[in-house]
Amino acid sequence: MSNQKPKLALYWASSCGGCEIAVLGLHEKILDVAAAFEIVFWPCVMDFKYADVEAMEDGEIDVCFFNGAIRNDENAHLAHLLRQKSKVLVAFGSCAYGGSMPGLANFYTRDDVLRWVYFDSPSTDNPDGVVPQKRVDVPEGELRLPGFWDTVRTLAQVVPVDYFLPGCPPEVSSIEAAVNAIVSGELPPPGSVIGVDVTVCDECPREKHEKKIKRFYRPQEIIPDPNICLLEQGLFCAGIATRAGCGAKCPQVGFGCRGCYGPNEGVLDHGARILSGIASVLDADTEEEVEAILDTLPDPAGYFYRFHLPGSLLRRRGRTNGKRQPVGEAAVHEPA
Amino acid sequence: MSEPRVGVYVCHCGHNIAGTVDVQHVAEWAMGLPNVVIARDNKFMCASTGQEQVEEDIKQFELTHVVVASCSPHMHEKTFRNACARAGLNPYLFEMANIREHASWVHPNDREGATNKAKALVSAAVHRVVHQQPLEPMKVDIRPETLVVGGGIAGIQAALEIADAGYHVYLVEREPSIGGHMAMFDKTFPTLDCAACILTPKMFDVGGHPNITLLTYSEVEKVDGYVGNFQVRVRKKARMVDESLCTGCGTCWEKCPIKVVDTVWEAGLGYRKAIYRPFPQAVPKYPVIDIENCTYFKTGKCRMCEKVCPTNAINYEMQDEIIDLEVGNIILATGYKLFDARRIPQYGYGRLENVFTSLEFERLTNASGPTEGKIVLRDGETTPQTVAIVHCVGSRDRNYNTHCSAICCMSSLKFAHLVMEKTGAKVYNFYIDMRPLHKGYEEFYHRIMEEGATFIRGKVSEITDVPRTPEEEDKLIVVCEDTLLGRQRRVPVDMVILAAGLEPQADAQEVAHMFGVGCGETGFFIERHPKLDPVATMTEGVFIAGACQGAKDIPDSVAQGAAAAARVLGTINQRQVTLEPIRASIDEERCSGCRICNNLCPYNAIDFIEEKGVSRVNPALCKGCGTCVAACPSQVITGAHFTFEQIMAEIDGIMIDVLSDRPVVEAV
Repeated sequence: MSNQKPKLALYWASSCGGCEIAVLGLHEKILDVAAAFEIVFWPCVMDFKYADVEAMEDGEIDVCFFNGAIRNDENAHLAHLLRQKSKVLVAFGSCAYGGSMPGLANFYTRDDVLRWVYFDSPSTDNPDGVVPQKRVDVPEGELRLPGFWDTVRTLAQVVPVDYFLPGCPPEVSSIEAAVNAIVSGELPPPGSVIGVDVTVCDECPREKHEKKIKRFYRPQEIIPDPNICLLEQGLFCAGIATRAGCGAKCPQVGFGCRGCYGPNEGVLDHGARILSGIASVLDADTEEEVEAILDTLPDPAGYFYRFHLPGSLLRRRGRTNGKRQPVGEAAVHEPA
Repeated sequence: MSEPRVGVYVCHCGHNIAGTVDVQHVAEWAMGLPNVVIARDNKFMCASTGQEQVEEDIKQFELTHVVVASCSPHMHEKTFRNACARAGLNPYLFEMANIREHASWVHPNDREGATNKAKALVSAAVHRVVHQQPLEPMKVDIRPETLVVGGGIAGIQAALEIADAGYHVYLVEREPSIGGHMAMFDKTFPTLDCAACILTPKMFDVGGHPNITLLTYSEVEKVDGYVGNFQVRVRKKARMVDESLCTGCGTCWEKCPIKVVDTVWEAGLGYRKAIYRPFPQAVPKYPVIDIENCTYFKTGKCRMCEKVCPTNAINYEMQDEIIDLEVGNIILATGYKLFDARRIPQYGYGRLENVFTSLEFERLTNASGPTEGKIVLRDGETTPQTVAIVHCVGSRDRNYNTHCSAICCMSSLKFAHLVMEKTGAKVYNFYIDMRPLHKGYEEFYHRIMEEGATFIRGKVSEITDVPRTPEEEDKLIVVCEDTLLGRQRRVPVDMVILAAGLEPQADAQEVAHMFGVGCGETGFFIERHPKLDPVATMTEGVFIAGACQGAKDIPDSVAQGAAAAARVLGTINQRQVTLEPIRASIDEERCSGCRICNNLCPYNAIDFIEEKGVSRVNPALCKGCGTCVAACPSQVITGAHFTFEQIMAEIDGIMIDVLSDRPVVEAV
């Protein structure tokens, strides 16, 4: 074993595929990865079958980079399987870490999602009212689809996770740091986020002042001053509450941080931290003024919880006796 | 660190808790909580035996943390912290679960529910306490100067007590003269001595006291700092009269051509000039120009006062002066506002001309008032033959103020006496209950009855000038149900005096906010404890005295003024004050310098360190309110004694189902 290269697996659950691209974004360094690891499972890039993994010994994989949230039975099956077969399981990217974009479905129910996709969306053409079934009998036999969950979960809410690598996708530098740590064996204690414990403001070169927000602007509405904190200029920026490590790339080009690196070390609820930080500096004395300022921020729940709803204390929108409580923009899409 | 060892003590509080909560069961159950090595119930934890039990157990069981489940921490947190300290345990390793106010008293008819709630509260405290850290209180020096806000009798008394003890006082008064409401009164009950005769010597003492800086016509604009070291900004409004030159001779206001209705000192019954001294015994003696009404300030012409002033003291260019003070303690004695009787339209004040308010009557009967003490109707000449005095106007009435204004019974009796003495008129008192509570008051009540005043028990429903019988022609008719006779009565009179109640000052909320004190349901400032700490507030170093704390008469106001002064002198003599170590701190290594917290601190305790790009909390200014802790988006501000771990542990502790001992919320 000591002469063998450590075995690496990469898997893509409920996510956009950007994390896979990020690995390829290593460019020529991918060769170093290939030199350092034996890639035993990477369905996005090479042909592997689940049965190949099932055939492995428990713990045979040294490291598994698992990206994507868990939103159906197939995601969960692979999560359990790879956990069983891997010594080190890394939640790779924001979806596996906090739920991210797929996790925003937690502002809705499974029924809401299916109704929208198969009936209500303007681009839907489904005259027969077909909806996906977990199993269906056809002349050739039984067909199966993975069950679609009501609640999107993070990887750690399904199986124990050793390390978290945040980012949408993780920056090349973050991936390198993780790879180097694994190769050198200099890993932080299990359960850690591999990264720094300051926020994006620390890496952002914009000048910061005492803040008073009178209204919010969407990026197309103003040309921000290139040197001053975007939040002070009324552009939503989650950098105040988001773990650094990305080099503050978005704010540097005039676009407020979206929050993809998730909460800072020790924070349980990313959205609540953004919310309390921003709410603290609204320039309002009355409830009406607060309302007026918040009216300039469309979909506040989506802004605050964009990358970390399933991984937050909230986890999902509440359900009380079947009565749906509208949350932010969610109310707009509420089926009649 | 070795395993924590927690002691839990569940108090019966006599029947207060044990009457509802099964305290014995709670104590037995608590034995099963994590880290608990001893749990007991006790009849009175605050008694010396209860405290000694804690001390013995700390030694015998080597307790590392202590939980007492009893009353509010406001009552006895200090008691048990001290008990822990005596046994050598840092007092901040103690936690209190409030199972009286939060369980037994609010669920008196639900023994099972209250017991379960008490268990949850105990569980929360046990889970929390093991995360608590030893803390050391901070000592700061106390400045010996004191600020007294309000120059009524309570403020005057407080200022004199402190100044006589040898410490400097800044007395700030909004009006041009000190004296407050008392200076407007004629006689004082129950002794009937002249208000001016007993008040003005004190006013002159204040005016000439070497230890008192008197700032009249001035208002506090801003207060920063903390006990021992307050920074106060005062705006001294421009009098337009140079106090260093003015002799108070009075030529200016004699010659001033503009007459203005005096709504403050004459209650709207008399006039003053545009340059005026509120009343003859005013302290200080200098006049002030009312620039709203002064012809020169309105048109640029006149300058009469400047022409006649023998000492060239008039200065139209004078600007407001900003004075920054540093004081160790503050006494608020901002007084009261009279209930506006117009709010009760059926009593006719403002519509029926011979309906007067109590303050108007004080001015009528005052020798220095507009009628030179003659009690006459609004026409200025007719002496009334019959006078009705209506008690409880705007007081003890859920439509206006629910509280008793405390002074109206006695001032009404005083009015009855003065009317009978000066006019011989027949006097009717309409009262709900007579409450002559203090020393000599009951005797005064009997004296007035013997003098011939009539007392009718019943709340007045209406005062009207519409007659039903020939006797009621040209009279005011007071309509009420006489609850002793059990029938409706209509009493025709010439004059009605409405004993209007006492209300908080119109700006009491703003003043409270500025000084960091609270206002209660009735709007008066809240004392630290209604019985045992009536002049202190929840803000260390800020005291309250007189009617700003609640309606009260002169003797009570004087007593509170003196009491507040005694409290201030006590802290001055300690020279140092111990501050709670519960305050925020910023992990500078992890602060990203976003500056969200910078302008949130109500005590201005947060500075931004430009060269390091981080924010920092000044521990002497921080009061541990937690605003910045909650706001910090990167969660690197920690509130000592309210750390993230402590609060989450407390929530975990309270979120157990006490019936199954399992968490209420299962993981998703």
